[in-house]
Amino acid sequence: MNESLRNILTVGKRELSGYFNSPVAYVFIVIFLSLNGFFTFMLGGLFERGEANLNAFFMWHPWLYLFLVPAAGMRLWAEERRVGTLELLLTMPIAAWEAIVGKFLACWVFIALALGLTFPVILTVGYLGHPDYGAIVTGYLGSFLLAGTYLSVTVMTSALTRNQVISFILSVVVCFLLIFAGWEPVTGLLVRWAPEWAVNIIASLSVMPHFTTFSRGVIDLRAFAFFGSVITFCLFANSVILRGLRGA
Amino acid sequence: MIVVEHLSKDFGPKRAVNDVSFTVQKGEILGFLGPNGAGKSTTMRMLTGFIPPTAGRVTIGGFDVAENPIPAKRLIGYLPESAPCYSDMTVHGFLNFAAEIRGIHGAKREEAIRKAVGLCFLDGVLHQSVDTLSKGYRHRTCLAQAIIHDPEVLVLDEPTDGLDPNQKHEIRLLLKRFGQNKAIIFSTHILEEVDAVCSRAIIIDRGRVVANGTPADLRARHELAGSVTLRTHGVAAEAIKSRLSTLGVAGKVRLDSAESAVLVRVFPRDKTVNNELAKAVAQLAAREGWSFEDLRTEEGRLDEVFRSITLPDTVKQSD
Repeated sequence: MNESLRNILTVGKRELSGYFNSPVAYVFIVIFLSLNGFFTFMLGGLFERGEANLNAFFMWHPWLYLFLVPAAGMRLWAEERRVGTLELLLTMPIAAWEAIVGKFLACWVFIALALGLTFPVILTVGYLGHPDYGAIVTGYLGSFLLAGTYLSVTVMTSALTRNQVISFILSVVVCFLLIFAGWEPVTGLLVRWAPEWAVNIIASLSVMPHFTTFSRGVIDLRAFAFFGSVITFCLFANSVILRGLRGA
Repeated sequence: MIVVEHLSKDFGPKRAVNDVSFTVQKGEILGFLGPNGAGKSTTMRMLTGFIPPTAGRVTIGGFDVAENPIPAKRLIGYLPESAPCYSDMTVHGFLNFAAEIRGIHGAKREEAIRKAVGLCFLDGVLHQSVDTLSKGYRHRTCLAQAIIHDPEVLVLDEPTDGLDPNQKHEIRLLLKRFGQNKAIIFSTHILEEVDAVCSRAIIIDRGRVVANGTPADLRARHELAGSVTLRTHGVAAEAIKSRLSTLGVAGKVRLDSAESAVLVRVFPRDKTVNNELAKAVAQLAAREGWSFEDLRTEEGRLDEVFRSITLPDTVKQSD
């Protein structure tokens, strides 16, 4: 097995076991599922809609993840910095990027697991009607990528501080901007003083249009490219932050 | 194994480590001494590749730590200052992770864990969660992590900190045993440890190396080192002093009072000739029939040498 891959797996395994060795994992999963149920059935009115699709389920995910993903990932680096294990980890014979990717993947897998546990909602619409299963699969894929995008932001902000609360708040704010960048009132505000190309760039940072293409059942390569580049950028920024920490 | 050349580190405008150079060979145990904030931990962090140096170079087993960090780090076992451990894991889980990331796989891993656990006296807590452990156990868990891959180089930042006297003793024995075929550098505040364990010691102050030698070398720097002290009572002291001054091997003779007694200190004329002075003084005392309570050669005290080196503002007494 490739050595980098092995290091990533080792770090990731440790991180994932960290979730399940503490109450974090169970609390997170219970809250994630409860909130999903509440939003989908009570606020989203899945039954009242009379449609055999999961729009009422997926439409809440950008908001749900806004708080839950930073909560799951806020400790990734902040805790290592607070306890001092950062020194241990970075003096092990592994590259910093391997540790970053390992941590990121571990948390992403954990969130995917929680997302996977929402499967009863598929059974529900399948029982009630004839849903487009293709759209459900792409919806899940979009939701998974969205979580990964938020998570990459969280991993990055987590390296900025040894305080988990600050890490959480920073992450929520950045993810919030990623949602609202393309929103009418925001772009309307910007258009008054910013040049059009700048407004376009900011608006194009929004996760929403890319997320909604997935839940409509469309697999758009541009959406992949968007999520992929945000994740890559954030993880790279993470490595720069870590290098800065060690240099200072 | 460890070669440090002109190592410096700046934190903003402050120079924490200033042009430090030394080497540690296989089979050597180097004690790294210095007051708090002298730059010991910073130096060790550069040695292990945790922080990059501002200037200078560290080579571990021929690998430059800055340019070729992974093979260099493979050779090192490192115990950081606060002995951090992943507190959400069990001792076994933590050591398993350390072994796995060090590339120890299969049956060898359990074997390595078993060995490290035995050496660090962790058998009783193997399946306990790290955050339920006392400080001493946590410290030894982190030490076990440092030795799990049987590294050629050990960098230990205050390895006996927070341990009880028995544990300190055990760790010192362990270091001595490891010292036979590894290159070890460890920092400490405890000077008796230097005598007990080190083959060589470096004193660092305000980022600079101010002394480098064997513990005996360092002790010899003490102003009383090599002098012979005669403990006696009463008025005879002056007479003894004047007789001692006539000895060929004796240099300066001084009277010091100590509690109810008088100490006559004879300093050797030539510091490099050992034992000659004590013998001469003893023979003279026997011939003259002096009554004294104690006669001994001062070896010099490390703590006072340490103080005089690292406190340049104090007025040093000169002979």
